[in-house]
Amino acid sequence: MTDKTYTGCNLALEEPTLFEQSVEGRLGLTFGPSDVPQTNPAALFEGGLLRDKPALLPELSETDVTRHFTRLSTFNYSKDIGFYPLGSCTMKYNPKIANKVVSLEGFTQTHPYQDVSTVQGNLELIYTLERDLAEICGMDAVTVWPAAGSHGELTGMLMTRAYHTAKGNPRRKVLIPDSAHGTNPASAAICNYDVVEIKSNECGLVNPAEVERLMDNEVAALMITNPNTLGIFERDFKKVADIVHSKGGLIYCDGANLNALMGYVRMGEIGCDVMHLNLHKTFGTPHGGGGPGSGPVAVKKHLEPFLPIPIVTKNQGHYALDENRPQSIGRIKSFYGNFGVLIRAYAYIKELGGEGLLAASRLAVLNANYIKARLKGAYDLPYDCPVLHECVFSDKIQNEYGVRTIDIAKRLMDYGFHPPTVYFPLIVHGAIMIEPTETESKALLDRFCESMIMIAKECKENPEIVKGAPHKTFRRRLDEVKAARELCLSAS
Amino acid sequence: MRYLPHTNTEIKEMLKIIGAFNIEDLFASIPKELRTAKQLNLGPQLSEIALLEHLKTLSRNNRNAEDTLSFLGGGAYRHYVPAAVSELASRTEFVTPYTPYQPEISQGTLQVMFEYQTMMCRLFGMDVSNASNYDAATSVAEAVLMARRVGKKRRTICLPDNLHPEYREVVSTVLGKNDPDVHILPSENGLFNRNALKDLLNDNLAAVVVQFPNFFGIAEDFKDIAEMAHKAGGLFVAAVAEPLSLSLLSPPGSWGADIAVGEGISFGLPVNFGGPTLGIFTAKEALLRNMPGRICGQTLDAEGRRGFVLTMSTREQHIRREKATSNICTNHALCATTAAIYLSLLGKNGLIELSKINLDKAEYAKKALTKINGVRLKFSVPTFNEFVIELPRPAATVLQTLLKDNIFGGIDLGRWYPALKNCILVCVTEMNSKRDIDLFADKLASCLSPPL
Repeated sequence: MTDKTYTGCNLALEEPTLFEQSVEGRLGLTFGPSDVPQTNPAALFEGGLLRDKPALLPELSETDVTRHFTRLSTFNYSKDIGFYPLGSCTMKYNPKIANKVVSLEGFTQTHPYQDVSTVQGNLELIYTLERDLAEICGMDAVTVWPAAGSHGELTGMLMTRAYHTAKGNPRRKVLIPDSAHGTNPASAAICNYDVVEIKSNECGLVNPAEVERLMDNEVAALMITNPNTLGIFERDFKKVADIVHSKGGLIYCDGANLNALMGYVRMGEIGCDVMHLNLHKTFGTPHGGGGPGSGPVAVKKHLEPFLPIPIVTKNQGHYALDENRPQSIGRIKSFYGNFGVLIRAYAYIKELGGEGLLAASRLAVLNANYIKARLKGAYDLPYDCPVLHECVFSDKIQNEYGVRTIDIAKRLMDYGFHPPTVYFPLIVHGAIMIEPTETESKALLDRFCESMIMIAKECKENPEIVKGAPHKTFRRRLDEVKAARELCLSAS
Repeated sequence: MRYLPHTNTEIKEMLKIIGAFNIEDLFASIPKELRTAKQLNLGPQLSEIALLEHLKTLSRNNRNAEDTLSFLGGGAYRHYVPAAVSELASRTEFVTPYTPYQPEISQGTLQVMFEYQTMMCRLFGMDVSNASNYDAATSVAEAVLMARRVGKKRRTICLPDNLHPEYREVVSTVLGKNDPDVHILPSENGLFNRNALKDLLNDNLAAVVVQFPNFFGIAEDFKDIAEMAHKAGGLFVAAVAEPLSLSLLSPPGSWGADIAVGEGISFGLPVNFGGPTLGIFTAKEALLRNMPGRICGQTLDAEGRRGFVLTMSTREQHIRREKATSNICTNHALCATTAAIYLSLLGKNGLIELSKINLDKAEYAKKALTKINGVRLKFSVPTFNEFVIELPRPAATVLQTLLKDNIFGGIDLGRWYPALKNCILVCVTEMNSKRDIDLFADKLASCLSPPL
């Protein structure tokens, strides 16, 4: 039973690059006659300042451009084609009303350097969003300036350093579980912290005894993901927090997995000092093929002075931007975060309300547990611990037939699905991490599980078809080794 | 709720398969003492109609460039976004996909990235481009970190004060406010002060950064600075806030830049209060392995057909972790996609035509404004679509008066440069008609004329 649904127009077979289609003299857009006198650039700029040759951009008509990008778009799988069971990515459906509201001229035509009295609407949105996010997390203050989760991690770690520096010693180390996302150690390293890895216990959880052993007065923070990167709740979160706090350290929580906990746990109540959120995960803003996202950071009162500037303030109904924060880490991005993304998240939160976010978490957890129950016979469960919004399998069973996780992932495409997250977290060999999110129906989950079970069968009975997958996609398996060895990063 | 498709029957069936009695059972792994007692207070749920009304009300609580004449630039330039660009860039197949880690079903995004990278290289005159960073400010910070990595023990970073203030602030945040090796060099008459650089040209030099055109709109010849930096063994970094200028003006690659970064708002993105932005990051080939961010490369598939994949991932955080060239994961792919569409629509000649119009308009405005009694051009050096005028009194008060006349007259430079508190940074693009400019000049003249 292979799914015969095609994703894309069957007639759009190949699409040359823009440069291959370029024809000298073709025009896509003209601007009409000028209403001001023409200048002579050569008269205004000395020779050395002018280009000697035009930049070789393509020359195409609007028809060419429209067809090119329309056709290219059909080569993409997308959320509106099908689901992405990507663990740790929370690829929930992107509400279309968000597209409408971000296009409002009253937002798109505002400039960051307008007088604040003329952008009260924007500032109100940001102010309210900050407070809503604080409410959701049980934290005291929020900045929405970071442009992505890892940017939020950097911001949080910079604040950690500033906090400790203000106390007299910036400290040298950050404790990070071996199950952590790569951005955690990468962000800590940019802040000149040495990363000390904590080995997980039998459930992939942080072991308080290990933390006790490693915690000292030179540890600035412990970075912890909750639920962890296996979808399992860090039951010793508070215990771990107490150990770290007892020696003056901070708890940084990676909030990528917040979709499991909305309305159930508020990180600020259980010992978190600073955490980031991913608006492009939990709050349904689209991924855009890789971004833009947004990674707000929420903090407790003691870290509030270090928040990046500017701070949005409200005084008798009037909003303003305050840069007079002597202990602030400074500015972390130009202008005001990814404002367009903030509008989308704001709309999402306002539409769902507290009730809707709670329901979302409940059904996200239901969906993940359903998949786990249906697949656990067919695939190896490396950790048989209760999971929340995502579950992780390994390719152990399939290895016996010479099939690996990557092959299973590619074969799923032939069944009409984007693969789950693979090879992360690193603590599971051949990890297959599945997070369906709450926006997926039982019918779809059943189809997915049946496909996965079929593939497990194929691994046993016809491994070659799995190893040679994908067979039905626009492109068969691409040679990534060749790409790295024979670098071609732009058109000649 | 409409995004939650489950029916009660389905929920019952699912719980049965799981072996749980109710959904609450699935949360049993959360210790009771860690659960919140709080009900999230976020306001009432809203229908789509009510939500739209609410957002419309918020948006109307702003003034914007459609209802107010705008001469605001300063790193966020208002250009015309062609209908084809907004339409194509908003195709759901570009908006809703994930990062193209599974290339076989992501060839749309990947080919667009490859085309974007190519166009950035050609426009900036550089060898390689990544698939985007967040913005120009963070790109400058990444460039500076990169220069230190490349330079091994070299630490000195030179930033002129005519580099966008926010870019400098972000560098300071990332490197640490008290980094003794970050030097801000005061400019001279709006230009890069070569003298201020001389003492820093030693074997501790990691990078010299310039902005082109600079924050004051000035296009300056930097070949000599590139030479000085290179002679001292450091890297030369160029930041371009208005990359439209590069279709007319000499690009960083031809005057010695090792790394050239920029802000891509001008390429099809609405100004949108400053975000999302587009961080452009290019470099010379020799520095490729030290570059931050995702990069797309060409390859073949199992049937020998050309295809594209993310490549050189060993530089990145998911592989190298604390030894990665950057912590960046999510970038600004959709913004890069928009830029690719925009640049292919305008094309080689369209972009040049647009630059000329911007230059013409700015020069016309320069003349119109400096004709006014009391207004003088602050720096009499070549500029692109932005320039600085000096007034007989503080810019802040003049701009307030202009606001009452429904004009955003420009940016008060006193905000960052105390010596320039009587100065306004005026930006003119193809979106300002001759009528707009004449009106602006008229109102400014009234502003400055003595009261009767």
